[in-house]
Amino acid sequence: MLFVAQRTTAFILAVAVAAHLATILFAVRGGLTAAQILARTHGNVAFALFYAIFVLAVAVHAPIGLRNIVREWTAWRGRSLDFALILFSGLLLVLGLRAVVAVCS
Amino acid sequence: MSDVLAVDIWRGAENGQFQAFTLPRRQHQTVLDVVTEIQREHDSTLSYRFACRVGMCGSCAMVVNGRPRWTCRTRVNEVVSGDERLRLEPLRNFTVVKDLAVEMTQFFDKWKAAHGFFEPGTAPEQDFAVVPPQTKERQAADAGIECIGCGVCYSACDVVAWDRDYLGPAALNRAWTLVNDVRDRGQAERLKAVSHDNGCQACHTHMNCTNFCPKAIAPTYAIAGLKRVLFRRALRSA
Repeated sequence: MLFVAQRTTAFILAVAVAAHLATILFAVRGGLTAAQILARTHGNVAFALFYAIFVLAVAVHAPIGLRNIVREWTAWRGRSLDFALILFSGLLLVLGLRAVVAVCS
Repeated sequence: MSDVLAVDIWRGAENGQFQAFTLPRRQHQTVLDVVTEIQREHDSTLSYRFACRVGMCGSCAMVVNGRPRWTCRTRVNEVVSGDERLRLEPLRNFTVVKDLAVEMTQFFDKWKAAHGFFEPGTAPEQDFAVVPPQTKERQAADAGIECIGCGVCYSACDVVAWDRDYLGPAALNRAWTLVNDVRDRGQAERLKAVSHDNGCQACHTHMNCTNFCPKAIAPTYAIAGLKRVLFRRALRSA
């Protein structure tokens, strides 16, 4: 199940990261200031939705990958590891969604 | 070609050291010939395994100059040029019993753990099963069926080196041949047995197993096949 969740979110992230980078390059190339960018993102539902999905995918994808790395490179296993990574997932979710709210609302 | 061959052989178990031997270099001698000559002429306490000497049994696998191979099918000329030394070690990722002999129990236990055995079901078929050779399942099973369990892939696998509980390429390859056996009645249990933290999903697709398999089997593709089947099943059940 973790494998399926990780691969599925990888598909989402492949698209989302590409769109995210393209947006950054486009915004910078046009010479927009931070204030001008925020003026465009405030109240933009499409932007909020896109980044909310992005954050959700990261919060699922990153802890699973980190769990695999920890299991392969250290002796840490079991419930304590899973619990720590659920906390890590929660942290990513809270920080990410907080940023989405700040930029889009 | 030099007239003498310098050989370093691992002596001991987990703790040990290399012992140097020098013996005549002969045309077409295999690495197994070298080990046998050392044991017969230089040091009768040297431990190693072999049986068939012709690449059928797989028991003579060792690490030769850093690479796992069948020593009976490896000529010295293939791995040593000029004055280079020949370096022989026991297979990696196995517990060393002594010198070049390793303990294979865990390796074969993992075949059982991966349900790498045919499951006929409670009521055996009443008639012969017809399995046309050109069907997709039969061809997928054929691709991996020639494994003789020599342990070369297991020795070459990075994931086994990181996680000793990982089932490994040979066991998963065997499971994949059975997943494609249309007569088998234990598919659900087998797929469950290969799908966990130490199962097929742990494979990093480094392809060392495929690279080193002396039978030119590609366990990497077998493992990818298992991942694919499990992924589809998970999506269907969701």
